[in-house]
Amino acid sequence: MLNEKNDLAIDCCLLAGRLMIESGAETYRVEDTMTRMAISQGLIGTQSFVTPTGIMFSLGKDGSTRLMAIRDRITDLEKIALVNQVSRKLTTTELTIEEAYEELQRIASANLMFPFLLQFIAAAVASGCFLILFEGVVKDVPAATIAGGMGFLVVTLIHELTRVKFFAEFIAASIVGALAFLAVLLNVGEDLNIIIISGVMPLVPGLLITNAVRDLMAGHFVSGVSKGAEALLTAFAIGAGVALVLSF
Amino acid sequence: MTWIVQGILSFIIAISFAIIFNAPRKKLIAAGLVGMSGWLIFSGFTLVSGDSIQASFAGAFIVALAAHILSKRFRMPMIIFSVPGIILLVPGGLAYNAMRNIVENDYLTAISYASKAFMTSGAIAMGLVFAEVLMQLIFRYLRRKKTASQNV
Repeated sequence: MLNEKNDLAIDCCLLAGRLMIESGAETYRVEDTMTRMAISQGLIGTQSFVTPTGIMFSLGKDGSTRLMAIRDRITDLEKIALVNQVSRKLTTTELTIEEAYEELQRIASANLMFPFLLQFIAAAVASGCFLILFEGVVKDVPAATIAGGMGFLVVTLIHELTRVKFFAEFIAASIVGALAFLAVLLNVGEDLNIIIISGVMPLVPGLLITNAVRDLMAGHFVSGVSKGAEALLTAFAIGAGVALVLSF
Repeated sequence: MTWIVQGILSFIIAISFAIIFNAPRKKLIAAGLVGMSGWLIFSGFTLVSGDSIQASFAGAFIVALAAHILSKRFRMPMIIFSVPGIILLVPGGLAYNAMRNIVENDYLTAISYASKAFMTSGAIAMGLVFAEVLMQLIFRYLRRKKTASQNV
């Protein structure tokens, strides 16, 4: 009986950890949440090792140890908030461990993203606004808006199709570059560089770079270095995609 | 006038990124305000000191401070409010220029852009960490004061 209960508690912690990593939470927060949930179930002295590609969680001296692999990572802030709420309710004993596990499974299978059309518009609008903030001329705004929107559309579509993130970013960046080049050629845009920079802003791995340095400072070297590598590859894919167009 | 325009634009950008990153619907405005304050501090600091790295530190510090206060207020993870604000400060232009120069075989120029981009992202991370440590110290102090007054 005791073992069954412990098993459920580990499953619950691991599921919460997996959901948080998949949604882009910081490493230390994931470890913190898992430890808190374990303590609320009377499991003292648990150990966890969290990386962007997998979680190891151990009950300590006489408990079992489990491993959870993580494949996809996106940024979904709402899921982080929901998992956080469940762990909060678990620690204040508002939820039992069974209810919490059910709740987490519901969160795992739910699709809470904004409608794609809205995301597309948001990316387009953000690119247009960036152009002004980067001291571009008003004439370039439509070009940047279209380039940014199309870049986001292409990266999402190709990622759905091929599941290779860097390839999708490469193609999207070259589309942004091509559109900006076309705009300048057709005389509806003036400054090629600023249009491209604004257009690729929705693709830039800003969150990854920042989280990487942050994890490094917190002492999570494995996560920090691997997130840094991911950010570097993304930046390289974007740069190469743009350069492909510029070299013509 | 330009300050008002910059404020509005950065507010819109922060909300747009909050939508792309799927922040909880009721917190979009808050995320937008955090992004706006971060950008205005960054932009003002750049004007005063002329150094974009120090300005990035200041901007990230303010973003993290605001995000931390909001996260205590709404009992939600801090990352929800800080991420859309940080995106505004990310050195996208520098990284782009670095990559472009590498591909064009101009490695020396690329290195200087890349180091600046690296320094800027380091400054942003430092700003985030500093603000977090400061808030933790303040909250610990407040909590101790509270328990002390209860004991009397």
